[in-house]
Amino acid sequence: MSDLTKSPDPVEPLLKVDGLVKHFPIKKGVLQRTVGAVQAVDGISFDVRPGETLGVVGESGCGKSTMGRLITRLLEPTGGRVEFEGKDITHLSVGQMRPLRKDVQMIFQDPYSSLNPRHTIGTIVGAPFRLQRVTPEGGVKKSVQELLSLVGLNPEHYNRYPHEFSGGQRQRIGIARALALKPRLVVADEPVSALDVSIQAQVVNLLDDLQDELGLTYVIIAHDLSVIRHVSDRIAVMYLGKIVELSDRQPLYETPMHPYTKALLSAVPVPDPKRRAARTSRILLRGDVPSPISPPSGCRFHTRCWKATTVCKTTEPPLLELAPAHRVACHHPENAQDQQPTDTERLAGAPTQDEVVRTSE
Amino acid sequence: MTAPIETTAASAEAQPEAVLAGAGRSQIEGRSLGQIAWTRFKRDKAAMAGGVVVVCLVLMAALSKPIQAIFDLDPNKLNQDLVDPALQAPKGAWGGMSWDHPLGVDPGFGRDLLARVIEGSWVSLLVAVGATLVSVLIGVILGVMAGYYGGWVDSVVSRLMDTFLAFPLLLFAISLSASVQDGFWGLTGLPLRIAVLIFVIGFFAWPYIGRIVRAQTMSLREREFVEASRSLGARGPFIIFRELMPNLVAPILVYATLLIPTNILFEAALSFLGVGIAPPQASWGGMLTDAADRYESDLQYMFVPGLAIFITVLAFNLLGDGLRDALDPRSK
Repeated sequence: MSDLTKSPDPVEPLLKVDGLVKHFPIKKGVLQRTVGAVQAVDGISFDVRPGETLGVVGESGCGKSTMGRLITRLLEPTGGRVEFEGKDITHLSVGQMRPLRKDVQMIFQDPYSSLNPRHTIGTIVGAPFRLQRVTPEGGVKKSVQELLSLVGLNPEHYNRYPHEFSGGQRQRIGIARALALKPRLVVADEPVSALDVSIQAQVVNLLDDLQDELGLTYVIIAHDLSVIRHVSDRIAVMYLGKIVELSDRQPLYETPMHPYTKALLSAVPVPDPKRRAARTSRILLRGDVPSPISPPSGCRFHTRCWKATTVCKTTEPPLLELAPAHRVACHHPENAQDQQPTDTERLAGAPTQDEVVRTSE
Repeated sequence: MTAPIETTAASAEAQPEAVLAGAGRSQIEGRSLGQIAWTRFKRDKAAMAGGVVVVCLVLMAALSKPIQAIFDLDPNKLNQDLVDPALQAPKGAWGGMSWDHPLGVDPGFGRDLLARVIEGSWVSLLVAVGATLVSVLIGVILGVMAGYYGGWVDSVVSRLMDTFLAFPLLLFAISLSASVQDGFWGLTGLPLRIAVLIFVIGFFAWPYIGRIVRAQTMSLREREFVEASRSLGARGPFIIFRELMPNLVAPILVYATLLIPTNILFEAALSFLGVGIAPPQASWGGMLTDAADRYESDLQYMFVPGLAIFITVLAFNLLGDGLRDALDPRSK
């Protein structure tokens, strides 16, 4: 036992992702020839430990939702490996995957589209039992009503239709459905981004409470850094199909290492005018995210990075642990030792620090 | 991210109804989508009128034999004494209208027109409804498969629909109806003619409904509730029948209601061209053909089957429009 506690990662991970790749082929013409691929997820590796919450952040189109659908196996990975509780689930067929569906569940982004408008709440929340042929103690109806009260809804609303509920209530229904079979892992894809800010807090706190109560493990995908900060134990920052930084929450927010993470954090709105004045600088990234069909060579962020040098264009930086439990994929990280100190020639065309950093609003 | 906005608009519309309906009660009860649609439908006067007329027409068609027996109306009884042999027109004003023959008699044989309109109604409705059912069956099965599975299934079905739509339907119908002999499918006479009409009309109208169902299925397939069902381990048939079908019922019902009048007109056209229902069986299209030959001597004859077709088609169209508005207020 002493051996285990000494090792840096004593707990067996619940989910282990290694070099996961998903390319969506682009087909053209009558013969449907493959002319290219959208490299939505391009080689990402991470672990999720039992009981923790992993937050995944990134801009729109960086592949975070695709990643969520790959680990729940709603999509077939192009390459890499996904292990759930030590079992390789990368290429399991729909039939082989079915028994595992009990343990891996998903909460969806849009509560207006994730509930079938023609079914009652009872049918929707009871569907997991029917589909998995599980007969819960006391019958499906009783279990559904218990689930409804668990997520803070009136159990008597069993026979109502989704259109009779507000967005926040609908999201609670979606959460109740995901929890019906007592899953080990819950993947939440932008669980609150479609909701009002006041309702977001309710739903986020509900997720938090349910985690304590039921011992759930979450992978929460979001683009809102405030939400991620509130719920996550560890955070992965994605950019163009890659993880650029993976760290515990505190170090990531206090000493971000990747320039992209720093830029993201500086863009979080500060709701207090006094504190806003106190904030020193704001990093404005110029241009759009490059196309995932033909991503930039080397470090994918070099086209928008103010620290980019020649090496950034030629060599892809590996995801290295530069501080305890803090990994980053950057040649010239902030708040850490420069990985390529010899390479100082600035990349032609890269924005200068003055261009991207504004000291006041 | 337009979905929440749209749905909010729809629920905003539903809100006053909920208040109205619940005003008298101590507690506002939840209502199913069907109840809400019925509330909306009841408010639509034109659709209600159409619905009432359709119900009356269906009752008339279904009970045509008892009605004829009770009121002593025989569609095939010849009354040569009521026809002026020189003019080839009914005696008396307005095409021979009288208390005995409220709509007059036909100019050739003096047969009672009211009886013939009633007799023609069941033929028209049977052919139209039968053909619609055939189209809906083929269209829904192929449309859902094309929309849900996509890929080569979609390509094959879509090209098949194009082929059917490009087919010279009228020529095909005329040649087929003319070449089908007695004893085909083990049927003879009137049942054979009705079966051929149902087959021809239904078999060529399915691509219209097939395309609508395909498009609806494609848009529904991308909704997150389908993904949620898959993430619970649902198979294709479960998703199609339990998740997609309940959402397709409304458009299918609406389109079928709007297809019936088209098919009534098509049956009338085929009978008018002499390849539909054969005389002496009364049919609305056949009566029009008859009237077209004698419009100089007896113009009034033409109005009787003409009005019957007009009222039926209008009623079904009003009903269909009303159903669409009631079932899906966003599609306006």
